[in-house]
Amino acid sequence: MTARDKARPLVSLRKITKRFSTVLANDSVDLDLYPGEVHALLGENGAGKSTLMKILYGFYTADSGSISLDGEKIQLNSPLDARKHRIGMVFQTFTLVPAMTAAENIALYLPDLSPVLDNEKILSHLDSLAQRYQLQFNLNLAVRDLPLGDQQKVEVLKLLTAKARVLIFDEATRVLAPHEIEGLFNIFESLKKDGYAIVFITHKMREVLQCADKVSVLRRGRLVETIDCSQATESTLVKMMFGDVEPPKLEIRDKRAEKEKDVLLELKGAGTAPTAVGTQLSQIDLKLKKGEIVGIVGVSGNGQRELVDAILGFLPLTEGSKFIRSRDATSWTPKKIRSGGIGFIPEEPLQMGVVPWMNLVENTALGDLETYALYGGFGLDWPGVAAKVEESFQTLNFEPLDPHRPVRSLSGGQLQRVVLARELGRDPQVLIASYPTRGLDVHSAAATFGVFAQLRDRGGAVLLISEDLDDLFKFSDRLIVLYQGKIAGTFAPQEIDRHKIGHLMTGSQIEAAEGGG
Amino acid sequence: MPKNWLSALARYVFILTVALIAYAAVLLLAGKNPILAYIDTFDFTLSSWYGFSEVIVRMTPLLFTAIAVALPSRAGLINVGGEGQLYLGAWLATWGAITFTNLPASVFIPFLVLLGFIGGGVWAALAGFLRAKGYVNETITTLLMNYIAPLVVGYFVYGSWRSREPGASAFPQTAAFVQEARMPRFFQTRIHLGFFLALLILFIYWFVLEKTKWGLKIKGIGGNPEAAKRMGIEVNFYLIAVMFVAGGIAGLAGMSEVTALHGRLRAGFSPGYGFVGFLISWLAGGRPLGILAMSFVLAIVFSSGSLLQITQGVPFAAINVLMAIILFIVLMKPNLRRLMS
Repeated sequence: MTARDKARPLVSLRKITKRFSTVLANDSVDLDLYPGEVHALLGENGAGKSTLMKILYGFYTADSGSISLDGEKIQLNSPLDARKHRIGMVFQTFTLVPAMTAAENIALYLPDLSPVLDNEKILSHLDSLAQRYQLQFNLNLAVRDLPLGDQQKVEVLKLLTAKARVLIFDEATRVLAPHEIEGLFNIFESLKKDGYAIVFITHKMREVLQCADKVSVLRRGRLVETIDCSQATESTLVKMMFGDVEPPKLEIRDKRAEKEKDVLLELKGAGTAPTAVGTQLSQIDLKLKKGEIVGIVGVSGNGQRELVDAILGFLPLTEGSKFIRSRDATSWTPKKIRSGGIGFIPEEPLQMGVVPWMNLVENTALGDLETYALYGGFGLDWPGVAAKVEESFQTLNFEPLDPHRPVRSLSGGQLQRVVLARELGRDPQVLIASYPTRGLDVHSAAATFGVFAQLRDRGGAVLLISEDLDDLFKFSDRLIVLYQGKIAGTFAPQEIDRHKIGHLMTGSQIEAAEGGG
Repeated sequence: MPKNWLSALARYVFILTVALIAYAAVLLLAGKNPILAYIDTFDFTLSSWYGFSEVIVRMTPLLFTAIAVALPSRAGLINVGGEGQLYLGAWLATWGAITFTNLPASVFIPFLVLLGFIGGGVWAALAGFLRAKGYVNETITTLLMNYIAPLVVGYFVYGSWRSREPGASAFPQTAAFVQEARMPRFFQTRIHLGFFLALLILFIYWFVLEKTKWGLKIKGIGGNPEAAKRMGIEVNFYLIAVMFVAGGIAGLAGMSEVTALHGRLRAGFSPGYGFVGFLISWLAGGRPLGILAMSFVLAIVFSSGSLLQITQGVPFAAINVLMAIILFIVLMKPNLRRLMS
């Protein structure tokens, strides 16, 4: 790479503006991507990072502004256009066919696939690419049998075989374990050497400082600044991300009274039937005691959903038993479990928690109909529901929302508050929270954890399922690692480091982690 | 609210106008005079009390079958089986009518109503059960069960139930019901108790869905079954129950047709009321007043079918063309505001 090449940007975005109805997602953003550089796009959820990159990938068209490649203006109307200009993107959720092998998946994406497949040639080509960029793994395994880290390698190989020069990674580390993240950054290093331009979208400062050369911070659709990573520190980045509003700091760990605790929820040797699509649980021993937050650590798809469904009674136990406040609840119906004091925050509130076209009051009533029914169900106590909504929003210190707007018009954070208020309004003793902060901005996330702490301090318990190790370490009293439907270990957060957890999460050998920590 | 109302009204008028123009083109192509056809239709339906009363008679089964589609649609179920449920309701009511011939009318009629409801209800609940337990799509099952139901009726009216009366036995039909088993008629017309029963059920449909906790649950299931399940609502129970009630309502259409109008069960007695009910429910978007208005309009269309056969020589089946045109326009979901701008 000569100095001259470095001086000229490969891609230039100028004054990119994109509006979605009332939201200004990108407001006159400028960005230059240079070959041989990792350029991080940092910002809160909803800051406009993904939108900007989806414009570069031709997924959206900008309302105004221009894109040039190698100094020439280009028009990108579809991802196909972008691919022709050798721009490629790895999405948060991978776009692979699970039943096909990695090699087949990549072949499917090749622009000049011959009518009769020459598997040998494709494989040897892939092998050489994989070796060059440290992307080795078994190409002949079906994608569904590959760990997520390897699936990501498939995505990268796909782009490389399609000869992309600009590689965009959208929240690429979200589903990866710590050692896999390091692997990804090593891949970045070797790609850089060959002059690829890499864009790395993230909301985690630590990762930016670890792998990027330049960082551009976006806030509410505007570019705050682009700086060299050598000059960046966590505190400067925080300031750029949040402006003067610092995210609230939480003090929730120390207030607990240490005493002999009652067990609120217990699974004893619990297991479920094998399924075609999900994960089979087996030998799950889990105790949730009064006044504690227990974190479930694991890569998504290792039985988290099944564990929640088993606790809530949607998935019958085929072995073992379940106790709720010392009563045998193994064969209780979901309804009975719910009225037994278990609340639930689903992972996708809009899909699993609410009826989108109903309003806040109706959704709240729906969650607890027996309480609000009048005359044996022939009427409903709407004023009562509205009062309850107001009361729970107040108790939780949430800003009130218009109770008569359909909930689908609410933002992710507001929606999460609706579900939280509804579930906590029922005074649960146990709250099962699946990925409660996914897609939330920092303030909403902090509010959510504040609520969990309140519940814990009142003598309740929270089962926190998350893929955010930072959150899990910060807020859990105990961590339980779930791997392939089994418990791979239970720890106090202070007695284990991230790398050990990471290896337990992925079932890989500890020896590979030497020097980590 | 009134604004909503007006736009709904404008939508209906628009759809019907376009449909009538398109149908006029079809009539023209067939060498008939559409203007005369429309004048005849108006003359024989709306311009006289008798004509009007006949429209109400036609409207009665349509109301039932439309509600039978609208109710499940609120729970996210697509019930295409109104026709079959209508037949089975008529069938079970007929069994009651020809078996217990000694009952007084005050007991007999409610009993037949109950049988008609159960007949259609159980038939539809089968589809609901398969959907809830076995994940068999209810659209497919209800549709296919439509082909079975008339055969069930046929089996009996060609066989053991066939009338032995002189004259009547020439046709595949049962013996005439006793007078106590006939639903009363009113105003010296053929308007019968079934019409008022249908109005009552339409009111109950509105009340349950808008005012009660069960309605809220049904709408919740329709709006997001996954969330409903997670909020502790017994989704499977409701899927079956809603199908049972809907089928029961369709069954009442069949029951009231045979007990009030025909006085006996005939093979193939329904000219497709179940299917037209589906069309009405779609047109009305499940809204009670819309169902009322659209049933009325389609009852006129139906009446015109047999009428134009006589006056203009247009085959009865031609009204299927008109109904198909209406359905297509509905499915295109015309956006009036966009069309006008």
